[in-house]
Amino acid sequence: MTGSRRKREGGNLGLVAPAEPRPELMTWEALNIALDRAMARDESVFVIGEDVGLYGGSYRVTQGLYAKYGEWRVRDTPISENSFTGLGVGAALVGGRPVVEIMTVNFALLALDAIINMAAKLRYMSGGQLTVPLVVRTPGGVARQLAAQHSQRLEHTLLNVPGLRIVAPGTPQDAYWQLLQAIEADDPVVVLEHELLYFEKGPFDPDAPPPPMHAAAVRRRGRDVTLVAWHRMVGVSLEAAEALAREGIEAEVIDLRSLRPIDLPLLLESVRRTHRLVVVEEDCRFGGAGAEIAAAVGEAAFFDLDAPVLRVAGEDVPTPYNGKLEAASIPDAGRVVAAVRRLLGRERPAAAPAPRAGGERT
Amino acid sequence: MRRDLIRQLLYDMVLARLFEQAAAEQYALGRIAGFLHLYPGEEAVAVGTLRAADPGDYVVSTYREHVHALVRGTPPEAVMAELFGKATGCSRGYGGSMHLFDAERRFLGGYAIVGETFSVAIGVGYWLAMNGEPDAVLCYFGDGAVNQGTFHESLNMAALWKLPVLFVCENNHYQIGTEIHRHSAVAEVWRRACAYGMEARRVDGMDVLAVHEATRDALRHVRAGNGPYLLECETYRFRGHSMADADAYRSALELAELRARDPVEGLRRRALAEGWVSEEEVEAIETRAREAVEAAVRHAEQAPEPAELHRDVYVQPVDLYSPEIPARRAAR
Repeated sequence: MTGSRRKREGGNLGLVAPAEPRPELMTWEALNIALDRAMARDESVFVIGEDVGLYGGSYRVTQGLYAKYGEWRVRDTPISENSFTGLGVGAALVGGRPVVEIMTVNFALLALDAIINMAAKLRYMSGGQLTVPLVVRTPGGVARQLAAQHSQRLEHTLLNVPGLRIVAPGTPQDAYWQLLQAIEADDPVVVLEHELLYFEKGPFDPDAPPPPMHAAAVRRRGRDVTLVAWHRMVGVSLEAAEALAREGIEAEVIDLRSLRPIDLPLLLESVRRTHRLVVVEEDCRFGGAGAEIAAAVGEAAFFDLDAPVLRVAGEDVPTPYNGKLEAASIPDAGRVVAAVRRLLGRERPAAAPAPRAGGERT
Repeated sequence: MRRDLIRQLLYDMVLARLFEQAAAEQYALGRIAGFLHLYPGEEAVAVGTLRAADPGDYVVSTYREHVHALVRGTPPEAVMAELFGKATGCSRGYGGSMHLFDAERRFLGGYAIVGETFSVAIGVGYWLAMNGEPDAVLCYFGDGAVNQGTFHESLNMAALWKLPVLFVCENNHYQIGTEIHRHSAVAEVWRRACAYGMEARRVDGMDVLAVHEATRDALRHVRAGNGPYLLECETYRFRGHSMADADAYRSALELAELRARDPVEGLRRRALAEGWVSEEEVEAIETRAREAVEAAVRHAEQAPEPAELHRDVYVQPVDLYSPEIPARRAAR
């Protein structure tokens, strides 16, 4: 089962989104503009993947590119994830800058040999002779009742692979910047996108100077606690921060933006001011990115912390189909608020029900 | 028959045999570690195919690839030093026996996961086709690789887009210890190509001249824009799968029969019988090959070891992850 039926039924030969500053633009359009810009200025950039060409991309990200650049630079592939990702590796070795789209991270599991055994290791194994300027774009996350095989996150798997860089843009502007930076990078970069963010809007300026690809961003300033998140959980954290502000608790919200490397200096700077850290992650709790962040901050800033680092994370279950259970399997603002109250010793069991598992269960 | 070609092939075959014998000796002495997969018995495949290729062609090989690198022109010193894990190795000591690379000679590895060479090769082929380059890709794989998904996935894409890839099957009849009739429903690998409408043929992989001629024809087909080609070379390995293999799964009789068809000895005998070379020339070739291998071992023994653990993980490394860890509580 492919993800393509979810969004649109028919082919789409629409135009590439225009690259001009706009007060609001959707993430898919920002990615589309980034691809167009990269392809226009560098002929070694090409896009391959399932339904990226004639169909226009399952999430419209490659819309208009097939008509503009032709079938060799925008190639519809058979359903052969491992081999078309490996094709990207091979082309990258000899001068290409392939952008491989894997329709969802669930299917990327079939391409892990190409990504982990090859892309991440060829430069090192060859003693620095080879470079692999490969980009793998793939969306994940819990979307809307797509069930266990279509709702995974892959951070936990990719994070542990030296040689890869992993970015996780959460806004249209970051999606644009980070995809362009990933294409320009000489190292293999996995661009983890989120299925529910493609049609989220945000301000967009194609000519604004980008921060470094790996840099985290402070989305809200606060003095009492630091919430760190990426993708959709940034929005959840901002919502929680609003609620906490009404109780007089000022939460700082950091959008991590990059998962390898992690912008530890920025995290530490924040934690040294707030003395408390909560990681909000959609991926499952056990062995996830949150565990790495908690450990790294714990090592480097133990004496600056007033409380243990908490994780509010996805439950350790395959994602259920049922909508209510699905919602219960990932963090929401209520659980973040409850975790922060607990951290600050301000639990109000009378006013709010005890947090249900959330991130606190060990 | 061109005498210079015969002499070249004979030198390559002898060098291949002696190099691998030396590698086995050095492994026994503990100077080479890890997994070591040797090529004796299969020499005619690498030598015959690669001598029919152009210098501009790309080569993607497996973990049994010392000879492919040598025939491609990587100096024996650089290959042996790599087996020793030394800094002057062709992968600077970071790859080892299974991961030889020589980018300058378009030798792209050295892949130790069975079935990876297919997708890398079609990627190179895609890039060549997209840019209208005249070069081709030679993609090596064993009979054990044809049951990986990437074989089918990649052959399909190669045929679909008419990519300039020559798929060379080194069919030595064994997937480690499992004989081909026990791992494949169809034991003639070349016949599988018809599933993708791909041209294919089988050649005697113990006969370097037959392999050379078949490769020339196949590459002519590939370069003419007709799409990929599958060349199955029926061969045999005289040693176990790797140095760790006790080789207990085949009979002494089987091995003796195949050893009687030794490709190195076969070429020598035929070249002499046809009058293509003289006894003196053969002796000179053997001496030259022996000296090259001995020099390679001497070089590898004396070469320095690599020292930098963290180099070349990234082209553009970003170090954000070495914060100073406080040993004790600082005053707030």
